[in-house]
Amino acid sequence: MNNKEKETKTKQIIVKVLVYGFLVFTAILITIPFYWMILTSLKPFDMIVNETQPSVFLRFSEMAFENYANAVQAAPYFTFMLNTVTVSFFATIGTVFTTILAAFAFARLNFKGRDLLFSVLISTMMIPGEIFVITNFDTMARLGLLGGDKGILSFLAMNDGIFTQSHLQANIALILPFMTSIFYIFFLRQTFKQIPDELYLAAKVDGTSDFKYLRRIMVPIATPTIITITILNAMGTWGAYIWPTLITQKTEYRLVQNGLREAYTDFAGMVAYNEQMAAALIVTFPLLVVFLLLRKYIMRGVSRSGIKG
Amino acid sequence: MLERQSNRKAWLYLAPALVLLLVFTFYPLFNALRLSFVYWTDTNTVGGFSLIYNFYFVLTDRMFWKALQNTAWIVFISVPVSVIVALLISVFLNSIKKFQSVFQTIFFLPYVTNGIAIGMAFAFIFNVDYGLFNMVIGWFGINPINWVNTGATWGHAMTALLIYTVWGGLAFKIMVFLSGLQSIDKQYYDAARIDATPRWRVFTRITVPLLSPMIMYITITSFIGAFKAYSTVVGMFGTSLAPNGALTKDSLITVVGFIYQYVNEIPVNPSAASMAAASAIILFLITLVFTGLQVLVSRKRVHY
Repeated sequence: MNNKEKETKTKQIIVKVLVYGFLVFTAILITIPFYWMILTSLKPFDMIVNETQPSVFLRFSEMAFENYANAVQAAPYFTFMLNTVTVSFFATIGTVFTTILAAFAFARLNFKGRDLLFSVLISTMMIPGEIFVITNFDTMARLGLLGGDKGILSFLAMNDGIFTQSHLQANIALILPFMTSIFYIFFLRQTFKQIPDELYLAAKVDGTSDFKYLRRIMVPIATPTIITITILNAMGTWGAYIWPTLITQKTEYRLVQNGLREAYTDFAGMVAYNEQMAAALIVTFPLLVVFLLLRKYIMRGVSRSGIKG
Repeated sequence: MLERQSNRKAWLYLAPALVLLLVFTFYPLFNALRLSFVYWTDTNTVGGFSLIYNFYFVLTDRMFWKALQNTAWIVFISVPVSVIVALLISVFLNSIKKFQSVFQTIFFLPYVTNGIAIGMAFAFIFNVDYGLFNMVIGWFGINPINWVNTGATWGHAMTALLIYTVWGGLAFKIMVFLSGLQSIDKQYYDAARIDATPRWRVFTRITVPLLSPMIMYITITSFIGAFKAYSTVVGMFGTSLAPNGALTKDSLITVVGFIYQYVNEIPVNPSAASMAAASAIILFLITLVFTGLQVLVSRKRVHY
C-alpha cells in the first residue's frame, strides 16, 4: 500500500502546484495594468521616450513625482472630485431613501398588483439606457435645468461662449435621474424577505406600526446590505461619464471621468504618457482606497446579487 | 404572505421611487417609442407619422452596420471567453484554502476601477512605441504592432479592445461563480469521491450542472451588457471611437456609440431624436430576441 499512497500523494502535490501556478499566473495578468499604470506614472518623460525596452522596475531615486504635480495642473481634478462627491452624496441619499421604502412595500406589504408591478420593473432592466437618455435630456431642458430659458437652444449657446447654466442646475440635472434604482430595490427586497415573518407578527401584536417596524427592526437588520448599496451607488457615480458629458454646459461642472478624458484627448502629437497615467491614478485612487477598506461589503453585495437569479 | 391588504399604505411607500421611475424610466420609454414613429420633413419640422421611415433610414446607414458588426464582435468573443476563463478561475479558487481571500481581492480589483482611467492604461500598454505588449511579443521575435495609435487598423485595434473588455469583465463573473460554487452541497462531492470519480467527470457532471443557474444568469446579463459596449471604447480610443485619423473601415464604433452620435446632434438637429430613438429600439429588439433565444436554450440545460 505504501507505493500506492506515495503515488496518490505525488499526484495531489502536482495538482496543487498546477492550481496555484495557474492562479498566480492569472493574478499577475490581472494586476499588470495596475502595476504598469503606477510604474509609468513615476517615470520621467525621457525615460519613456528613449528606452527601447521599457524598464520594468524603477529605483527610488529615479522616480519622477513631479508627474503628479503636472497632472494636477493640467485639469482641475479637485473641482471634479468635489462635483463627483456632491452628486454622489445626494444621489445616494435619495437612492437609499426611495429604495428602503419601495423594497419594504414589495417585501412586506400585500397589495393589489404587487407582483405585476414588480415583474414590469424587472423587465425594464433589460432595456438599454440610451433609450431613456434621449427623453431625459429633453425633460431636463423642460425643467429649466439646462440654463437660461426652457429651451435647448440656450443650452447650445455654450458653443458661442454663452454659459447660462448654473452650477446648481447642473448638479440637480446630474442627481435627479439617479435617485432611485430598480436593481437596488430588487436587491434589498431579497434581504428584507429573509427577515422572518414571526418578527413582524410579534411586532404587530405589540401594536407597532409598519413604519416603526421598518425603522426599528428591518433597517437595522438589513444594514449590511444597505451599506453595500450605498457603497456601490457612490462608486457608480465615480465612474459616470456619458450623462455628465451630455447635460453639463461647462467643463467645471463635470465629473471625474470626464475631466480625465478631456484632459488627454489624443492628438497626433505626443501625449505625456507618464502624466496621463499619473492623472488616471489620481482618479482611480479614491476608489481603490474605498475598495480596500470596505471590500467585505462590496464583494458580498456582488456575489449576493447572483444568487437566485 | 401576510393577510391584510394594505393597498393605500403600500402605494404611499412606493410613491417616491415610482414618481422618479415614472419620470425618468417609463415616460422616456413611451416617448422614445413615439419619437421613432415621427416623420420629420426637415431638421426642424415635424411632418407626421411614419411607421417605418426612421427605421428604414437607420437600417440603410452603412455606419449602423459597421457599428452592429463591431458590437457583434465584442459580444460573441468577449463574453464566451470571459465566462469560460472566469469559470476556470473560480473553480480553481474554490479548491484552495490558503490565500483564497488574497486571491479574491486581487481578482476583484478590476471591478472597482473602470472606464476611462483603466482604458487609458490599456491604451498605453498597447502603445506602438513604448508599450508593454509590444515589448513582450518582441521577446518572441515578433515586430512591434500598431495596436491603437494613429493609423492602426481595425483588426489590431479590435484585438486590443477585446483583451481590455475581457480583463474588465472577469471580476464580477468570478465573484458570482465563486459564491455559487460555495453554495453547492458538499454531499455531492463526497458521493463522487466515494465512487472515485475522476476530476474531469466531477466537473462536467456535478459542478457545471449544479452551477448552471449561475452560468445562465451571468451569460445572459453579460450578453446584454456587451450589446451596450461604449465606455470601454471611449476609454481606450477617446470619443472618436477609433484610432487617430482612422477611416470609417477602421472605426470601432458600437451601436450605442452610433446612438450617441445622434443624441449629441439633438440640440442642433431636433430630428436626430427620432433617429436616436429608432436606433435604440432596434438595439433593444436585437437584445430581446437574443436573450429570448438564450432563455429557450437554457430551459433544456439548466437544472434548478
